Amino acid sequence: MREIAVVAFTQSHHSGEDLGLAEIEMLAPVITGIKEKTGLKQFGFTCSGSCDYLAGAPFSFVSALDAVGAWPPISESHVEMDAAWALYEAWVKLLHGEIDTALVYGFGKSSQGELRTILTQQLDPYHLAPLGIDQVSLAALQARAYMERSGAKEDDLRAVAARSRASGRDNPFALHLPEPGDGDDGGYDVAPLHPYDVAPITDGAAAIVLAAGDKARELCERPAWITGIDHRTEAHAPGVRDLTRSDATRIAGEKAGAAGVEVAELHAQFSHEELILREALGLGDDVTVNPSGGALSANPMMAAGLIRIGEAAARIHDGTASRALGHASSGPCLQQNLVCVLSGEANE
Amino acid sequence: MPSNTGPSNTGPNHVLEFPGGYTRSVGPVIGRFLSDLRDGRLVGVRTADGRVLVPPSEYDPDTGEDVTDEFVEVGPVGTVTTWSWVPRPAKEHPLDRPFAWALIRPDGADTALLHALDLGVFEEGADPPKFLKTGMRVRPRWRAERTGGIGDIECFLPEVTLINAPTRLEYSLKGGQALGRFLEGISQGKILGHRCPVCEQVIVPMKGLCPRDGVPTTEEVELPDTGTVTTFAVNNIPDPRAPEVPFVSGYVLLDGAGLTMLTLVAGVPADQVRMGMRVKAAWRPREEWERSMGNIKWFEPIDEPDVPFEEIKDFM
Amino acid sequence: MSNPCAVIGVGQTAYRTKRLDVSMAGLLREAARRALDDAGLTWKDIDAVVVGKAPDLFEGVMMPETFLAEALGAKGKPIMRVHTAGSVGGSTAIVAAGLIQGGVHQRVLTVAWEKQSESNATWALTVNSPFTTSLVVGAGGYFAPHIRAYMRRAGAPDHIGMLVAVKDRENALRNQYAHLKIPGISREMVESTPMLWEPIRYLETCPSSDGACAMVLASEDAAKKAPNPPAWVHGTSMRSEPMMFAGRDSVSPQGGKDAAADVYRQAGISDPRRELDCAEVYVPFSWYEPMWLENLGFCGESEGWKLTEAGATAMDGDIPWNPSGGVLSSNPIGASGMIRFAEAALQVRGQAGDHQVDGARRALGHAYGGGAQFFAMWIVGSDKP
Repeated sequence: MREIAVVAFTQSHHSGEDLGLAEIEMLAPVITGIKEKTGLKQFGFTCSGSCDYLAGAPFSFVSALDAVGAWPPISESHVEMDAAWALYEAWVKLLHGEIDTALVYGFGKSSQGELRTILTQQLDPYHLAPLGIDQVSLAALQARAYMERSGAKEDDLRAVAARSRASGRDNPFALHLPEPGDGDDGGYDVAPLHPYDVAPITDGAAAIVLAAGDKARELCERPAWITGIDHRTEAHAPGVRDLTRSDATRIAGEKAGAAGVEVAELHAQFSHEELILREALGLGDDVTVNPSGGALSANPMMAAGLIRIGEAAARIHDGTASRALGHASSGPCLQQNLVCVLSGEANE
Repeated sequence: MPSNTGPSNTGPNHVLEFPGGYTRSVGPVIGRFLSDLRDGRLVGVRTADGRVLVPPSEYDPDTGEDVTDEFVEVGPVGTVTTWSWVPRPAKEHPLDRPFAWALIRPDGADTALLHALDLGVFEEGADPPKFLKTGMRVRPRWRAERTGGIGDIECFLPEVTLINAPTRLEYSLKGGQALGRFLEGISQGKILGHRCPVCEQVIVPMKGLCPRDGVPTTEEVELPDTGTVTTFAVNNIPDPRAPEVPFVSGYVLLDGAGLTMLTLVAGVPADQVRMGMRVKAAWRPREEWERSMGNIKWFEPIDEPDVPFEEIKDFM
Repeated sequence: MSNPCAVIGVGQTAYRTKRLDVSMAGLLREAARRALDDAGLTWKDIDAVVVGKAPDLFEGVMMPETFLAEALGAKGKPIMRVHTAGSVGGSTAIVAAGLIQGGVHQRVLTVAWEKQSESNATWALTVNSPFTTSLVVGAGGYFAPHIRAYMRRAGAPDHIGMLVAVKDRENALRNQYAHLKIPGISREMVESTPMLWEPIRYLETCPSSDGACAMVLASEDAAKKAPNPPAWVHGTSMRSEPMMFAGRDSVSPQGGKDAAADVYRQAGISDPRRELDCAEVYVPFSWYEPMWLENLGFCGESEGWKLTEAGATAMDGDIPWNPSGGVLSSNPIGASGMIRFAEAALQVRGQAGDHQVDGARRALGHAYGGGAQFFAMWIVGSDKP
């Protein structure tokens, strides 16, 4: 297989409130930034991830194209998914296409609506959505099931949140959130989840440039080579799944070769998800998880999964890790999962 | 036989009614059927050659032979094999609004059961609804209090084929900085654009970047509110913003702009709009101005000669 | 570097205004199962699923492939969702083909669909932010001026659009899945229908349909085991350009020209009119046939309408366009592009039934979307490239 690497990563200074920028105004500096970083003005392929429901209007990706400078016309595609899957599509394109570079980006302004209500519209429209059950309530069902199976306690979830927020406060791009318990009344959001167990509403954007072979070496001193990438889905219906495990992540991790990573950026939007994901990926205590603060410190929809890959790649770029893992998730209760394993050394 | 001399304003003059109603023995087969009905189940009986009769009888209607003693639960879903439509129900009818009679073959049965089919609310005299068809799938509506009679099924209902899913999501959208500035201009009667530093064209409304070159734009340019219609359509389907038809939607190239704007063209009969026609913005009265494109009602002709096609053909 | 990719299964639903007899899952499964049957496969043989559709607002389910995962047999497998506006059916097929060409998978199921009857197309396509600067909405109001511009530029006579409207509906009469079937369709009939958005008449536009289209794509090894003849992918291309910018040609967009040039180069084609045997091209308004004839290089500038007028694109012409009846006869928006791609494959597999172009060996599938700014194309052939 062709050697393909993450050679550049940029993200916005994510915001917990609406700064009055249009999506494209949030995205444009990120695109401009990654063009400057790589010195590239044109890319062999461009792929983005976004979601119409976040702004409540169709074709979010169409106006976003204005930020790219799609002239002369570009080879381009879009997924109505987190941009981590756009990266997957771009990776496939690089495997077989007559191209050496690809631009991937994702963006989302969750501040414009009630995100948890909006995500209800993602559920089975016959049996689930009419009940009005929301994303946090479903996650809480999963948390309860996981805690009962594993013996984990609310304090274990709180520890995940505390560590994530502490790391996030060291990340200039993340929201800077207080220690769990500071400033809240200690009550539940939806039991057993406390407000700090739930990823914050975040506006933001991110971009990654992929490059193949020598082009990657030319563009980046220490490319983060993709040694494995895979994604899988669970069934959607919560009643037919084992909610306490993430089989999709386990399979994707095995296919992508997750064993032996030093750093993992996990797209856990709720504290308990990190514990489920660690188990599915077989990550031991020696693996550094979410040094960026993870989604619990900044969760711009449609970009947060891509950011996990970008943050993992950044650990390779700066030499602090030789093998790192980025994970992205989509759908209720970790339904879909993508695992991307990155290395300072290309595959043999 | 009841005396029946047709409708009468004074009521019947003869009633034949057995006091208390007849008492009928139902035998083992019908009895089994009605007992199961009372329990909320539909059963049929199997014939010697394997067919399932619903409602069951003690004999095979084709051969006259006894049926077997095997009862089979069927349905409750069934298929309409034929139907009639009652636009004006009689008082004896099971429903007091228009409904259908139907022969219904329950799933698992080889014969059909006659029953009423309720299709919803219709005005008296209504024609049969289009969705009432042979082949329609139906289910029984059971009475809460059942006594062991065919009326334990109040009627049949169409299967659920459609659910209504009202959804309402609320957003607080912000238009962004560039659009905000553009609308600020509009609120003051000015049309603002940005000049791209690369292609040097004026982009209106500005977006804070050039879609063609992908670079930020900041140089503000005020444009006149006059321009040229490049091309247009005569619309005969009402639009929320142009409820009266015909109306003209057209691309207008403002003087000095690098690209056209899609807008309404009015103040002229639709059949007199021309490519190359010179137009000017028709502003609402100043006291009605808001931060909205609605300050411009439309573009309307001005008394200038048309622009030759050659000069506008590259702006389409 | 690129592995061969074959279409070994095609499945379509009947296209109708309202498919009230099926759920969303049922609609997709109807097409998918037919594609699997054609390929001689079952759900478990599939390695990955790629789904495409146009805006989620049509059905009011955000990312509906999420809830449809198990309905598509995807549990434990990769499933992706592509959305590139009207071109999405084509883009989806191209993304699925990439999984084979990149050597990632052996057998990929791809499905594109729309169930427009769950809401209303005009609403779903034009829900607008409160900050719009446009004074007009609606696809007809957007495209009709471009058609007028084409007529003026090319000097095309008014009746050309009607010829396409008749020709595609005549073709639809031979397609078992087509939505609009108008026996005795004639120019007089088209002419008698009202102008919706002058110069577009009612019968010069596409219908609103429910429907799904599916394909099974396979590697060379997997294709060898297929019971029916494969269609080989000879080239794929996608191009996008912004909707509005200074100097844009909205009548014959550069993106379409570039995508065509790219796909012809991959397939080794220099004269598409002569070297292709037929084409399934996204023509939602009749006038887009002559416009795309020029944009896709089947003739020179301002010559497209002459080909249409001469009957070159009819079933008995030298380059039949839309033997299936095209988008003008069936338009489940998100699926319409894939239907073009799949019909092209059916032609070169010799499986197009009553609308088969005799001896078709190479065919173009084409889709476009947005403000005629997103393009997806592929060329398929009966011979392995």
